[in-house]
Amino acid sequence: MELALASAIGILTAAGVYLLLRARSFDVILGLTLLSYATNLLIFAGGRLVPGKPAVLRDGVAPTLANYTDPLPQALVLTAIVIAFAMTAVTVVLAIRSRGDNDSDHVDGPRAERDFLASELRRLEEARDAAKADDAGGKA
Amino acid sequence: MNHLPVLPILIPLFAASIALFFEHRRFGMVPQRIVAWMSVAAMLVVACLLVGSAASGDVSVYLLGDWPARLGIVLMVDRLSALMLLVGLLLGAGCLLHACAGWDRRAPHFHAFFQFQLMGLNGAFLTGDIFNLFVFFEVLLISSYGLMLSGGRGERMRAGLHYVTFNIAASTLFLIALGLLYGMLGSLNMAEISVRVAQLPPGDLALVQAAAGLLFVVFCAKAALLPMYFWLPDTYMHAPAAVAGLFAIMTKVGLYAVLRLGTLSFGAAGPLDGFAWPALLALGAATLVLASLGVLAAQRLRALAAYLVLGSAATLFVAFSLGTTGTTGAGLYYLVHSSFAGAALFLLADLIRRRRGRASDRKDVIAALPDKIVPGLLFLVAAVSLAGLPPLSGFIGKLLLLDAVPAGPRTFWIWLLVLGTSFMMLVGLARAGTRLFWRVEPWPDAGHHTLEAYTPEQEVVHAPSRPLETAAVVLLLAYGVALVLSAAPVLEYTRATAVQLQAPADYVEHVRAATPVLREP
Repeated sequence: MELALASAIGILTAAGVYLLLRARSFDVILGLTLLSYATNLLIFAGGRLVPGKPAVLRDGVAPTLANYTDPLPQALVLTAIVIAFAMTAVTVVLAIRSRGDNDSDHVDGPRAERDFLASELRRLEEARDAAKADDAGGKA
Repeated sequence: MNHLPVLPILIPLFAASIALFFEHRRFGMVPQRIVAWMSVAAMLVVACLLVGSAASGDVSVYLLGDWPARLGIVLMVDRLSALMLLVGLLLGAGCLLHACAGWDRRAPHFHAFFQFQLMGLNGAFLTGDIFNLFVFFEVLLISSYGLMLSGGRGERMRAGLHYVTFNIAASTLFLIALGLLYGMLGSLNMAEISVRVAQLPPGDLALVQAAAGLLFVVFCAKAALLPMYFWLPDTYMHAPAAVAGLFAIMTKVGLYAVLRLGTLSFGAAGPLDGFAWPALLALGAATLVLASLGVLAAQRLRALAAYLVLGSAATLFVAFSLGTTGTTGAGLYYLVHSSFAGAALFLLADLIRRRRGRASDRKDVIAALPDKIVPGLLFLVAAVSLAGLPPLSGFIGKLLLLDAVPAGPRTFWIWLLVLGTSFMMLVGLARAGTRLFWRVEPWPDAGHHTLEAYTPEQEVVHAPSRPLETAAVVLLLAYGVALVLSAAPVLEYTRATAVQLQAPADYVEHVRAATPVLREP
């Protein structure tokens, strides 16, 4: 179970970081969400993985960690989830507004997007020219 | 139990909630402003009382919810947190005065956000629990997003998206570090952590070191240290003036957290003693050089002010990481000075920007500046203070810092660094001053000028004089003058703070000694 949880955290983090580094604000928000999931799982694992034990005290059971799982990480995760949720809402609103105002959902604004598209177009044309030259060379 | 420590958190919380009810479209701005000022005044009284009680060297511990310190959350008032609290509130009063001149009308719920921001700042300074520190960081960040973005559009939204994304990523790292620390140490109380670190089995040391390193990365990102300062100039430049002024204390929150955890949690003669300080010294020095280059290169006055804030944070990293009582004490004095002076320059930049009309605060565009005597004099005071020239507070701070640098092979380099960067900042400020305040004759023929359709008449139309804004700048600069006049008691206080910080064992004793009043532990 440790292996499954650890690899789940790892995969979520990797995917989150990848998405965070992309140029569209939607991808960035998804990346932040995935990172927050990974973090929540990590905090949860800070109380160690204990199957079949409750976090809430019951009558007749001695209140020690032998009978219960550590409740504190669960409380921390709850706080972290609420905050991450609110932050996601804020970023979504902000991204929509930024797209509406700047006519682009590129994180660096419309000018960066135009530059990027121009450079892509140039690369495409160069590749096409090179291919044509190759063709001509092959026929000759 | 003395309930004073919790009041700086409760007062703004309630004030913000009340301010939300008085929507300004229906009730006008007056009720909101009354609520805001009453709250700030009440908090200032509480902060003065707390400074008074902390000055005796007493560490008061407040158990929230009456849970014992190892289970619940504690608030802790020592000399450092009381000082930071007072500085934050004095700065807040200046910025609020500036906002009340009319900017608060443009942003709905400005006063609610402002109070929440103060609540986050106060809480971050008072808390003695790392997870609670995270929560208050989030409170102050969320309200800073609101303050920065409400009423804004276009370019400000793009800068805001960067700022928000960067801070959420930093908060995620913060949580990862907290999860690791709790998993390894089983406590999140700052004082308790220092005890548990000392008892750590050697096998676990590396992971705790990694977690502590992550924490420092997060705080350095807030305090804008070298690889992570690129967000700062852009954000501060696009923030409205009153908010940018308040943000001058935000970098200091990161510094406060580094100083607090570096001395209290990881500083006690344990295996992590002295951890990360050498790296922080080198990075602080590099940031200082880059910030002063930024001051020289800045095209806008607001960018220049942002780089000066960056430079002051870097100077403080150098001062704190030298780690002696003298440098920390001098650094704390410099911290107080630089918060006020930096904020004053932001407010002043706004004053100048609006008077110059379309030329804004750009240094490279020559434009007339109507009624320039008052802003000119204020700029002179702010620049002398920020560049560290006598007789103002920046000079005292830097002089004491240089004096306190321990003798050794590093002394020469630190003197060279501090003096060289001060000189570069002086040149940058002087250049900005000559560019902005130089007398310009109205252009005889507007058509020939590079700035198309430039007419001097436009400037006069766009410069409504708002005496409250000038008063806010005067207030912030007056703090600096007061800091010079009362240099002896302030320095005595900051030195005593540094001595207290070097003895983390006292904190542990105080936290352990605090027992619940009503509850059986």
